[in-house]
Amino acid sequence: MLLIPCPWCGQRDEIEFRYGGAAHVEYPADPETVDDATWARYLFVRPNPKGPLAERWCHSQGCRRWFNIVRDTVTHQIMRSYRMEEAP
Amino acid sequence: MTRLASGGRIDRSRPLRFTFDALPHTGFAGDTLASALLANGVRVVSQSVTYGRLRGIFSAGVEEPNALVQVGGGTGSEPMLRATQVELYDGLVAESLNARGRLSPEPDVARYDKLFAHCDVLVVGGGSTGLAAALAAGKAGARVILADEQAEVGGTFLGGRDLIDGRPATDWLAEVATDLAALPEVRVLSRATAVGYYDQNCVLIAQRRTAHLGPAAPAAMARQRLWQVRAKQVVLATGAHERPMVFAENDRPGIMLAGAVRTYVNRYGVVPGHRAVIFTNNDSAYACAIDLDDAGLDVPAVVDVRPNPAGGWPDRVRERGIEVLAGQVVSDTAGGNRGLESVWAGQRIDCDLLCVSGGFNPAVHLFIQSQGRLRYDEILACFVPDEAPQAVAVAGAANGTFGLRDCIQEGLAAGAAAASAVGFGDGHPAGAPQVETVAEHPIVPFWLVPDESGATQFVDLERDVTVADVRRAVGAGMQSVEHVKRYTTIGTGSDQGKTAGINSAAIVGALLGQPVAAIGTTTFRPPYVPVSFALFAGRTRGQLFDPARVTPIHPWHVAHGAVFENVGQWKRPWYFPHDGETMEQAVLRECRAVREGVAAMDVSTLGKIDIQGTDALRFLNRIYTNAYDTLAVGHCRYGLMCKADGMVFDDGVVMHVGPDRYLATTTSGGAAAVLDWMEEWLQTEWPDFRVRLTSVSDQWATVAVAGPRSREVLRALAPAMAADAVSFPFMAIREGMVAGIPARVCRISFSGELAFEINVASWYGLRLWEAVMAAGEPFGITPYGTEAMHVLRAEKGYAIIGQDTDGTVTPQDLGMSWVVSKKKDFIGRRSHRRADTARPDRMHLVGLLPVEPEDLLPEGAQLILEPRQEPPVAIVGHVTSSYRSAALGRTFALALVKGGRDRMASQVYAPLPDRLHPATVTEPIFYDKEGLVRDG
Repeated sequence: MLLIPCPWCGQRDEIEFRYGGAAHVEYPADPETVDDATWARYLFVRPNPKGPLAERWCHSQGCRRWFNIVRDTVTHQIMRSYRMEEAP
Repeated sequence: MTRLASGGRIDRSRPLRFTFDALPHTGFAGDTLASALLANGVRVVSQSVTYGRLRGIFSAGVEEPNALVQVGGGTGSEPMLRATQVELYDGLVAESLNARGRLSPEPDVARYDKLFAHCDVLVVGGGSTGLAAALAAGKAGARVILADEQAEVGGTFLGGRDLIDGRPATDWLAEVATDLAALPEVRVLSRATAVGYYDQNCVLIAQRRTAHLGPAAPAAMARQRLWQVRAKQVVLATGAHERPMVFAENDRPGIMLAGAVRTYVNRYGVVPGHRAVIFTNNDSAYACAIDLDDAGLDVPAVVDVRPNPAGGWPDRVRERGIEVLAGQVVSDTAGGNRGLESVWAGQRIDCDLLCVSGGFNPAVHLFIQSQGRLRYDEILACFVPDEAPQAVAVAGAANGTFGLRDCIQEGLAAGAAAASAVGFGDGHPAGAPQVETVAEHPIVPFWLVPDESGATQFVDLERDVTVADVRRAVGAGMQSVEHVKRYTTIGTGSDQGKTAGINSAAIVGALLGQPVAAIGTTTFRPPYVPVSFALFAGRTRGQLFDPARVTPIHPWHVAHGAVFENVGQWKRPWYFPHDGETMEQAVLRECRAVREGVAAMDVSTLGKIDIQGTDALRFLNRIYTNAYDTLAVGHCRYGLMCKADGMVFDDGVVMHVGPDRYLATTTSGGAAAVLDWMEEWLQTEWPDFRVRLTSVSDQWATVAVAGPRSREVLRALAPAMAADAVSFPFMAIREGMVAGIPARVCRISFSGELAFEINVASWYGLRLWEAVMAAGEPFGITPYGTEAMHVLRAEKGYAIIGQDTDGTVTPQDLGMSWVVSKKKDFIGRRSHRRADTARPDRMHLVGLLPVEPEDLLPEGAQLILEPRQEPPVAIVGHVTSSYRSAALGRTFALALVKGGRDRMASQVYAPLPDRLHPATVTEPIFYDKEGLVRDG
């Protein structure tokens, strides 16, 4: 069970959150103009590193804000927690 | 009796009566069941699981493999406890177990609690090391939790006779306990075993609170408590477990761990025999010889595998006239039904007690759970902690540091360092007290006494696994200790092989010609000791297990005999059976009422999201597949949403209730997921949108009134509201008073009949429902449930998201291209052009009419094309919904069929166990195809 630092509410238990997968997956500016391969990459290809991973979480049982954290996938240590508008 | 006249930490003024296997015995306050049994001369405590061999108490702690007992009778009966850990109380009733306990058939009425706690430093283990660590961290000012598994702190040295500052170590112990109690930020948990070490220094601690009180336990007090501790720093001072050496006939009652024997003598004043032989490969067991000699036992010999044991300990023993048989091993034993009678160590030695020490294994279980790595220490002959990714330090015997002086020093240093790491103190520990030390003669690793006779040599006592079993496993090709574990079951008992694991690795290594270090250990997983399910359940049992959501109208449903269905956490009326009616009869009756008269349904469970803001329209246009630009205030529109991959995600009705304000309904089970989904897009991709979302699912109660006569019921309820088809057309919203309640009425229909959905503030829900039932009475209004609703919507071919779809279905697959805008962008649009999404032979939603009108296909039935095919038979689809229809007078179904829209009027077959069931593919609409009924 993780203790996740919500940028608005502070450290909260994992059960209060919804996981949102990898962060910073760029939504194509104009999906209609990209080719199938580019669109498929957006849909299906995600980083799967052994180590730090930026990912989205939603504090759905709290302030209901989406935000990003950087979590080490080996140790589960959370190195950073930042708001959506903050730079990665 | 083998109780000493004096000594030990028992209270001889408080005798306690107990029974073991129905025989009465007496012990003292401070005894464990094990020490009391030994004091009463009970040597045989169990029979082994496979071979039925007699077994005695082997250890004095958590590692006990033999003395499993069932304690208490009736509802309080607890199975699979270790006699070495059961504290004695007056009236205790215990039975020996043959490796398997019995759960009480009665529900456990005791209370179990959970408690969340945070601290700067968590110290696990209250022996000398842990006490020193807690003291150092606490004095530095840190918030400390010290968790100790025993009734009193002190750990192993409660069973020793060490001197600290020239006085008995227990004096020092009392002083430390007093010091700790005086520190306001230090909390000492007794009878509290850390059982699991998880990510981010989350440690689960199982605390036993009342079991030791027996019948005197206060009923209001939680029997056990589960602590979930978050610690900035953890100090593991979990000590070490002594391991035996393996030799022929090594499982007789009377063969015990040497350290355990010391504990029985010094802590409990019990001598577990009369004539004792020591068998060792290290110095620690010599202290056992001295303790037994002082207690008045005959100690004929110390059998030491080391060729020339010398120095402080062996000399002290020799000075007492005890023979040290150097370079010798115990190669066999003999005995009877009271256990051990003699051992063979190059000569026959009569004895009823054999104290064995093969060295010590640091208790690294929690350290491994914390993702720490081990290394094998050749000098200490054991696995010790190495790298640790979490904020954890290991100190004392758990770290391979065995002397009392070194343990205290290491504990003080670890405590001070842990406190300093979180901002308390300078990290320099206070000076350690003076402890007398004796120069040690090093251990010689020794695991298995060679045996050519084919005698039984046990590796795992609880599992009854022998060296021959290990040899068989290696012979079968197992090389990994994990494989050997699973092949032989070594280490899979309730003791998790605490006295067997490392020995088995060493024996595997010997058979493979590899060192122990190369073999390694198996992975230690939580829990460290068995934990009852009741503790993990805590108070979340029965009604508190999962919240049940009910609508404001729920009491009426209960009073009127509704049968309920679970929809997510909601309890929804499934159908309302009359006396003597089957479900099928009730559902057909309810369906007929909707189609021919009027009926009412509680649809308050639908998810509802309030959407407000100047960009609300823009937002809706992107979220839903269809457009809302032309949706005027006072009207509503069906909406479908897809995920980015183009697959249908949820659906509902969007009401335009005011300028820049909408109310969207979702499926009953999907409300939370849809809200999170909307928030994700709003917050991550469109943060510039001025839109706010609010869940109002619980704020509204909604009653659907459906059927040809529903308009008459509405007129009776709301005389002032024009309800004719022109004034109140399909998909219009009207606000006004209904039954004297402010209401919003929508003319929408999920049944395909003329229907009105009346929304009121939830606290008026029951009153509205009662008013609807009263006003509808002259028209024969009928309450209907979810099953009738499912049948009615299926007759109209309305898909239920999650029943007729499964996350791989597009709107086009459902035949719902009409709800997909060609003009604007929306989530998932681009995916509808992907080659796979656009191919013509996808699974389409179609209708099925079984060729035999009474044939009800089971939902989930697979469909094939040709009745006679050679295997493998190609599956072309499956049934998603299947019902008996009152309106059609026959059965029908919805199905997903490959290229289904090109198979109209052709036959498919459902291969069911009895035979093939033919059905004809149709359009997925069976009733009022033109929508005249609904729109009239």
